[in-house]
Amino acid sequence: MSLQSLDITRRSATTTASPGQRQTTEVAKLIDVTKCIGCKACQVACMEWNDTRDDIGENHGVYDNPADLTANSWTVMRYAEVETDRGLEWLIRKDGCMHCAEPGCLKACPAPGAIVQYRNGIVDFQEGNCIGCGYCITGCPFNIPRLSKKDSKVYKCTLCSDRVAVGLEPACVKTCPTGAIVFGSKEDMIRHAEERIVDLKQRGYAKAGLYDPQGVGGTHVMYVLHHADRPEMYCGLPKDPAIGPLVGVWKGAAKPVASLALGMIAVGAFAHYVANGPNEVDEENEKEHKE
Amino acid sequence: MTNHWVDIKNANVIIVMGGNAAEAHPCGFKWVTEAKAHNQATLVVIDPRFTRSASVADLYAPVRTGTDIAFLGGVINYLLSKDRIQHEYVKSYTNASFLVAEGFTFEDGLFSGYDAGGRKYDRSTWAYQMGPDGYALVDETLQHPRCVFQLMKQHFSRYTPEAVSNICGTPRETFLKVCEIIATTSVPDRTLTFLYALGWTQHSTGSQIIRTAAMVQLLLGNIGMAGGGVNALRGHSNIQGLTDLGLLSDLLPGYLTLPREQETDFKAYLDKRSIKPLRPGQMSYWQNYPKFHVSLMKSWYGAAATKENNFCFDWLPKLDKVYDILQVFELMAQGQLNGYFCQGFNPLAAVPNKAKLVKALSKLKYLVVIDPLATETSCFWENHGEYHDVDSAKISTEVLRLPSTCFAEENGSLTNSGRWLQWHYQGARPPGEAKADTEIMAGIFLKIRELYRKEGGPFPDAIANLTWNYQIPAAPSPEELAMEYNGKALEDLTDPKDPTKVILKKGQQLDGFGQLKDDGSTACGCWIYSGAWTEKGNLMARRDNSDPSGLGNTLNWGFAWPANRRVLYNRASCDTTGKPWDPKRKLVYWDGAKWAGADVPDLKPDAAPADGMGPFIMQAEGVGRLFALDKMAEGPFPEHYEPFETPIDTNPLHPKVISNPAARVFRGDADEFGKGQQYPYAATTYRLTEHFHYWTKHTRLSSIMQPEQFVEIGEELAREKGIRGGDKVRVWSHRGSIKAVAVVTKRIRPLKVNGKTVHHVGIPIHWGFKGVARKGYLANVLTPFVGDANTQTPEFKSFLVNLEKA
Repeated sequence: MSLQSLDITRRSATTTASPGQRQTTEVAKLIDVTKCIGCKACQVACMEWNDTRDDIGENHGVYDNPADLTANSWTVMRYAEVETDRGLEWLIRKDGCMHCAEPGCLKACPAPGAIVQYRNGIVDFQEGNCIGCGYCITGCPFNIPRLSKKDSKVYKCTLCSDRVAVGLEPACVKTCPTGAIVFGSKEDMIRHAEERIVDLKQRGYAKAGLYDPQGVGGTHVMYVLHHADRPEMYCGLPKDPAIGPLVGVWKGAAKPVASLALGMIAVGAFAHYVANGPNEVDEENEKEHKE
Repeated sequence: MTNHWVDIKNANVIIVMGGNAAEAHPCGFKWVTEAKAHNQATLVVIDPRFTRSASVADLYAPVRTGTDIAFLGGVINYLLSKDRIQHEYVKSYTNASFLVAEGFTFEDGLFSGYDAGGRKYDRSTWAYQMGPDGYALVDETLQHPRCVFQLMKQHFSRYTPEAVSNICGTPRETFLKVCEIIATTSVPDRTLTFLYALGWTQHSTGSQIIRTAAMVQLLLGNIGMAGGGVNALRGHSNIQGLTDLGLLSDLLPGYLTLPREQETDFKAYLDKRSIKPLRPGQMSYWQNYPKFHVSLMKSWYGAAATKENNFCFDWLPKLDKVYDILQVFELMAQGQLNGYFCQGFNPLAAVPNKAKLVKALSKLKYLVVIDPLATETSCFWENHGEYHDVDSAKISTEVLRLPSTCFAEENGSLTNSGRWLQWHYQGARPPGEAKADTEIMAGIFLKIRELYRKEGGPFPDAIANLTWNYQIPAAPSPEELAMEYNGKALEDLTDPKDPTKVILKKGQQLDGFGQLKDDGSTACGCWIYSGAWTEKGNLMARRDNSDPSGLGNTLNWGFAWPANRRVLYNRASCDTTGKPWDPKRKLVYWDGAKWAGADVPDLKPDAAPADGMGPFIMQAEGVGRLFALDKMAEGPFPEHYEPFETPIDTNPLHPKVISNPAARVFRGDADEFGKGQQYPYAATTYRLTEHFHYWTKHTRLSSIMQPEQFVEIGEELAREKGIRGGDKVRVWSHRGSIKAVAVVTKRIRPLKVNGKTVHHVGIPIHWGFKGVARKGYLANVLTPFVGDANTQTPEFKSFLVNLEKA
């Protein structure tokens, strides 16, 4: 359910006009990788605020834990040991949704209103409308959304749209102990990044720069990188992300075919219901309900 | 910390060594980030591993674990031989000019007075030459061959860049780069701060490592300065409070000391501690010791403490030796202790050589554990398979577990590393039957007192007469205790300058320790905390962060001991005329009549600079000690000694004296040390950001972040051993063996030491057999049972292991 129905600018698979009642400032989260110490406080804050809990996993021979984004871990720190002309560097990047101005996920999504974009730039999943097809995962140039095995819905960082809607910063920003994550208007964040880049260049990082890739229209989560010329060193941050050609095809010629396919799925689902009856409440849900 | 957390932002150079501030103190590390972002500070990290701190540093220098004195000794040699010191500061504010007694020598790794049999020194030659006037002799030209400056220069001349590189494994060029960065702060308007933690303390030479850093800072003129100092980042939110309140076996609150066995005479006890000035016009503040001590005894024993009975001095225990944690477990292992109370402490995890600890705990008749969690110690008798394989049937120790609250479930104050007392409030109600520690202690005390009252016994006085005037005797409140520490007037107190003027009425809270008396008219539970809860109320609860100077000395935020002073020795931030060395960082200054400024001056407020009172008022000389007299167990100058387990099996400086000759080694433990041939790898234990000691493995979120035990090894060693990242490895020392996942990393590089390749093995400590994280081994299965010669802090940071693919 959308908490900010008055300022949605774009909805997935919807042809009617979006509500334009309210104008809000374009926001951005700036992650200064050069100030980040990889403490994972942001991962904890994200889970606490959103009430998600991942499994207690295993150590896979690295510091990264959980090992990857999941339907419960909407942000993870990724650690890369890289040799550069400065010697060894430990590049630590907080990974998560970039909140693209031109969101590949939204464009790929066939479920009406399952993915929305607010006027402030946040791209939000409305899981109630999600059909679990996973097209958004294919459509994302950053490989971010994750399908939940529990409910077959797709989850990712909301940029704390619920907090931002009431004038608070995202939980990860609030908790970050070194001020490596900051939040504000996109304009202010770009200015803040420029100051940081001056400092980094003085320290000998000649290629320090801002990551705000134009291939996706710019993003509402941006990075300050010491080596902006080589973003792929930061655990594969794409150099020139763009929406994949398949999404383009889907939105173009193939759309009627796909719509037909969707219709078939709906018919199939109905048939399944008639044949097998409604889903049983599983034990876990029941237990939660009692609590 | 001589300074405080916020003050780090004022530094020009930040050295993180003997600690990993980004990892273990991520919140305080914000001030390092701040110094870099807004003060153009340079961050240097010196560590065996390329750490999270190193990941944001301007320069990283590798160093072999346990060789910090060699590294810092090399820095001293560099500063002295290149003449990069703050001359005026060194001359006026250190004991560089003092003449040392003729008998003092240093030869082949030993100072004068060594007793090899007792592993200790007769320290009588570690002294100044004294003049007929009773004051120490000085030579202000610093040329006299027996002056501290010349002896120091000679002592450290052996620590050449080549020698440093040979011992530490630090590449010579990298070492020199670090020296050059450090040397830039010898000018008056640049400062350097040292941030350290247990990476310095947990060595058999820990205290001397810290002293070496203090010497570097004295030579650079960085003590007492904003952005300077030697700063211990404490490993627990209130561990500073623990030492302040004297919770060590030989201390009383406020760093007063318990009498020794032979100290049965009250006057002699006080005289020994009321240290007289060693130079004319010096404050030598410990002269006030009797005021602090008598007020403490009045606080404890009230009306029962009288001048006639020496304020109950006879009731104090007299120590035959220091009962540090190693000593206590040694006694326990020998079967000489029957019972053990263990409060907020998990020794099975936190004391070295687990096998010895299990043996010791099994010999107890009873063990009482007061803790919010089911700790490993409280479950030492349970069998947990490979992780903790004991035969429960053979352990007869009775274990009593008393659940206590945790910090968030009670009001109270925490004293942080920067000596700030900050009041906090209860955030949640304690679960189940958990009670506050004070309530548990009160319950035990009241029961014991009742037994003494009923049954008498040989010595009931100290218990029966203890002051216990709490509103609810079974549950003293944190507020009442805090007021007790601050102290109060027991009679009307008058102005010393005008006896007709009453400054405090009987029963009123004291304004500070300056009002304490040695005649029994004041009571004070901890003199350094006096001023925290005055008639103005609870100053620890103040939350005004206004900062008029911009230096971060928020004098109306909380309360900092002593006397709300934020930077210790701040008088030294001015030259001898009272003018700040750096006009941009004006902590205090002489305004012509008194000391004024952004901090509470660390000097008699009206001591005119012309009178020459030195800035180090706690020292009898009034100056900082480059030569430590008889205060340190292993010598007045720091010397590099190898860890008790050294991968090179020698000391390149003096092969006959390899490890700390004054460190205490119990008989059985010496046989348990391993040699380099069998155990070739230098191991070190440490914390990770994701966890706090052995607590957070009990919480799900922290366990998600770091679920499973691992060890870190370099790529070269992994290749040699055929180990890949994610493989299980077995790591063993002469004392035991653990298994863990291997993290194979570029961040640990082999070092070239004394012609040999030395690999490090990094061992995070957070796992055990209780909690919700994956079960693991207590890392102290591996560590050696030996400590620093002065503090007995165990050598967790340097020992030897072997390793193979499991």
